[in-house]
Order: sequence, then C-alpha cells, then structure tokens
Amino acid sequence: MLALSDYLVLSALLFSIGMAGIFLNRKNAIVLLMSIELILLAVNFNFIAFSHFLGDIHGQVFVFFILTVAAAESAIGLAILVVLFRNRNTINVGDLDSMRG
Amino acid sequence: MIEKVIFYVFAAILLLAATLVITSRNPVHSALALVLAFFTSAALWLLAEAEFLGIALILVYVGAVMVLFLFVVMMLDINLSVMREGFARYLPIGALVGVVMVLEMLLVIGAGVVDIGGPPVEAAGAAAEPNNIRMLGSVLYTVYVYPFELAAIVLLLAIIAAIMLTHRRRAGTKHQDISVQVRTRKADRLRVVQMPSERETDS
Repeated sequence: MLALSDYLVLSALLFSIGMAGIFLNRKNAIVLLMSIELILLAVNFNFIAFSHFLGDIHGQVFVFFILTVAAAESAIGLAILVVLFRNRNTINVGDLDSMRG
Repeated sequence: MIEKVIFYVFAAILLLAATLVITSRNPVHSALALVLAFFTSAALWLLAEAEFLGIALILVYVGAVMVLFLFVVMMLDINLSVMREGFARYLPIGALVGVVMVLEMLLVIGAGVVDIGGPPVEAAGAAAEPNNIRMLGSVLYTVYVYPFELAAIVLLLAIIAAIMLTHRRRAGTKHQDISVQVRTRKADRLRVVQMPSERETDS
C-alpha cells in the first residue's frame, strides 16, 4: 500500500529539479518557463496526495484553480516572449537590460 | 503491491523526464520531455483517484499549453550556443541548491512525521458516490462558485492579453475602417463636373 510520504518525496524531488532548472538555464527564457511548470506540477502533486489520503475533495478543487492560473500564466509568458523576440531578436535573459535593472 | 510497482515505475519515468527538461541542449527536446512528464504525472494522479484532474492535465497541458510551447520554440530562431554558455558554470550551484532543498524537505516529510497513518480515509459519502467528477462538480458549483467564475475571468484576461501583446498591424495590409465608412458624405465620393454642352458640327 502506498503511503502519503511516497507522494510527498516524489513531489519534493520534482520541485527541486524545477528549482535547479531555474539555476541551470538562466539564459534561456523558454526553459525557465518550463521549470516553472515543473514546480507547479510538484505543488499539484502535494494537493492531490493530501486530498487522496485525507479523503477531502477540496484539495482537488485547488488543483483545478492552479491549473487554470498556470495555463493563463504560460500563455501570457509565451506572448511576452514572442513580442520580446520581435523587438530585440533575442530571448537571452542576460541581454534584457534596457531598464537598467 | 502492484500499485506500488506502478507508482515507482511512473515516478522513475517522471523524474527522468524532468531531468531531461532542464538538461537537454535543444528546447524542442525539453518541451517533448515536459510532455512525457505531464503524461506520467497524469497516470500517477489517476492512481491517486483524481480521475478528472488526470484527464484534464492531459487535455489542457499536453493538448494546449505544450502545443503552444512547441509553436513558440519552433517560431523563434534561437542561437543555441549562446543559450548554453554558463550552463557548466551554474551546474555546481544549481545542483547544490537542489540537493540541499531535497535534504531539507526529506527531513520534514521523510521521517514519517506527516504520515497520517495507514490507508486513505474514506470521504464522507465517498462510498456512496464513487464518481470523482460528480463529487468534484458538486463542490465546485456550490461552495466554490465565485472562485470558479473568477477563474473564467482569469482565462478571458489571458486570452485578451495574449492577443493584444502579439497582434500587430502591418503597414501594407488593407482593412475595413467602419467608422470612416459610416461618416462619409456625398461630397467625399461624388464630384459633379461642369462642362459646356457640345453638339455635332455639320460638315
């Protein structure tokens, strides 16, 4: 029988892979967005596991909303990326210094 | 027992695919590995009796979001060698942060501290209602009806924002300007020319 900690450990590993992806690919904005998707997936795993083991459906409702917001976020992020590439001809995060930040 | 075997096989595939996402040289390969990761996590969600969300993950993510990712990756002409520089430099710090985070989280969740004990609890009425979609819907459309409508507004905003960001008017294209068409007057279109009457001359 599966235990709750199995799901939680898997989710922790997935979260850390996503976090390491942000560190490793800090030049490539597309892979940064994909790492964020991995992190959100890890969060959803936690919600689903707790919902399953506590017998509480409300966790799945939260996963539903997280999926909605994540889909909206990636759509807008990719649109910004397309506009960025059109204007600057690069998606290298290091080149985005026009605001002197 | 068979449940455990399935879980570990899918978990291994999921972690492998996630590692491929962040290490692969080509962004197209990263996107395809992310598709594999979403598929395996949908299978794991089905194993956790979240059937609707598992199907929704495949439909929404693999069907829509990842296709969008692939479109954008293939549309942009990316210089891969520039993207890869700094990868080896950031590998130690990235791996260090990842390992430290895993260790910290294992200290919290691995020691059986959060184990709520034994098999999953049966939800109140879950035995009478084995249908996951009906269970989710009965909560979603009653308790969470306002958040549900707000989620619809968020999606609408995302549509409008994405279209407004990427839409552009090209200089040469011809299109209809309805307000100008409505405002037009007779004088703008019609020119009455005065000219002397002529008649054929007899030869």
